Amino acid sequence: MTIDVTLKVNGVERSAKVEARTLLAELLRDHLKLTGTHVGCDTTQCGCCVVHLDGKAIKSCTILAVQAKGRSVTTIEGLAQPDGTLHPMQEAFREHHGLQCGFCTPGMVMMGADIARRNPGATEELVRHELEGNICRCTGYQGIVEAILSVANPDAVRKDHH
Amino acid sequence: MRDFDYHLATDVQSAIEALRNSEEGKIVAGGMTLLPTLKQRLAAPSDLIDLGGIDTLRGIAIEGKDVVIRAMTIHADVGASDVVKKAIPALAVLAGGIGDPAVRHRGTIGGSIANSDPAADYPGGVMGLGATIVTDRRTIAGDDFFLGLFETALEPDELITSVRFPIPDQAHYIKFKHPASGYAVVGVMVSRTGGKVRVGVTGAGPCAFRVTPFETALEKNFSPDAIAAIAVDADGLNTDVNFSAEYRAHIVGVLARRCVAALMD
Repeated sequence: MTIDVTLKVNGVERSAKVEARTLLAELLRDHLKLTGTHVGCDTTQCGCCVVHLDGKAIKSCTILAVQAKGRSVTTIEGLAQPDGTLHPMQEAFREHHGLQCGFCTPGMVMMGADIARRNPGATEELVRHELEGNICRCTGYQGIVEAILSVANPDAVRKDHH
Repeated sequence: MRDFDYHLATDVQSAIEALRNSEEGKIVAGGMTLLPTLKQRLAAPSDLIDLGGIDTLRGIAIEGKDVVIRAMTIHADVGASDVVKKAIPALAVLAGGIGDPAVRHRGTIGGSIANSDPAADYPGGVMGLGATIVTDRRTIAGDDFFLGLFETALEPDELITSVRFPIPDQAHYIKFKHPASGYAVVGVMVSRTGGKVRVGVTGAGPCAFRVTPFETALEKNFSPDAIAAIAVDADGLNTDVNFSAEYRAHIVGVLARRCVAALMD
């Protein structure tokens, strides 16, 4: 079954003809060529494909493209300002060395922004709990947790690090 | 994933009709179990009927002495709900501990309960709190709802519309999570209402169940010691590469005692 899907991606209305079974991650990457959203596991575990759907973090490999019809999607490409100024969460990942190889980073940044939005004043423990659905094989998470904490709760970041 | 015909239902009746008119249709609520299942080709429905467009299936309210949660309410909304946190904090804890934030932004209470995954959290909450399942045509006591592995009392074309949780005096939920998947190896919900105690268990068996010997003992003496000597029968419990039935039976007792201890503080 082929379906016309129109949705807003990073503030711009986009359309594509997709199969019913097409995943949102496939629509973004294969049809719209927005390859910043990564697919690590394809089994809803790794979190590399996290985007925001109507402002909430979701895994784009576990929602059909047609289920995003008429809704608003923000991907990693849409986070920075048009002039290149980084989003505070992107800036925090740079500052706190929240990445190494970079594969999980788009999902980590999108989830980090969602965690900070929902949990102002978050503790380190809460940030770690909220990161359960995002897997990083390089960093050991310390820099990622510090980056998210530095946005959600600047006072909680240990100043003696790095 | 095999392709299928997609239908966005506008109300409960049209969803049921689309299901009846399909060759081998499936309902999708949040899709957090169904979509991974389809991707692995463990299921290949002819039609997918999406409840995501039915706004009347979302919401949380107090009705009489119950907290009523409509079927398409996402876990994140239950976990963050001031109504739930005040009336049944243990239920907010349960919902806020399902999966991860991205899963909690899509997964729904109705989908979780209708699926009867042995390791899902909500079925344990239904048993431990004595909830009632409301469908498009009747109400089903939680105690009669879960029949087995992925098996419920629902008719093939029956939809859950809401779940009614009676507000207990006290309740506590603890999940022993699988360290990789985060699913419940065992989860226990203990509640007290008047002199009555309920002990609901998920993860340990083919579907959620109650431990009535614990309940009887706790009604006489609400303390961890009252159930310390009562063994949970491992016969029929789940065994996998990580956790044996005997281990799970033991953990049921451990978590139940921890719940009781937490409620005595």
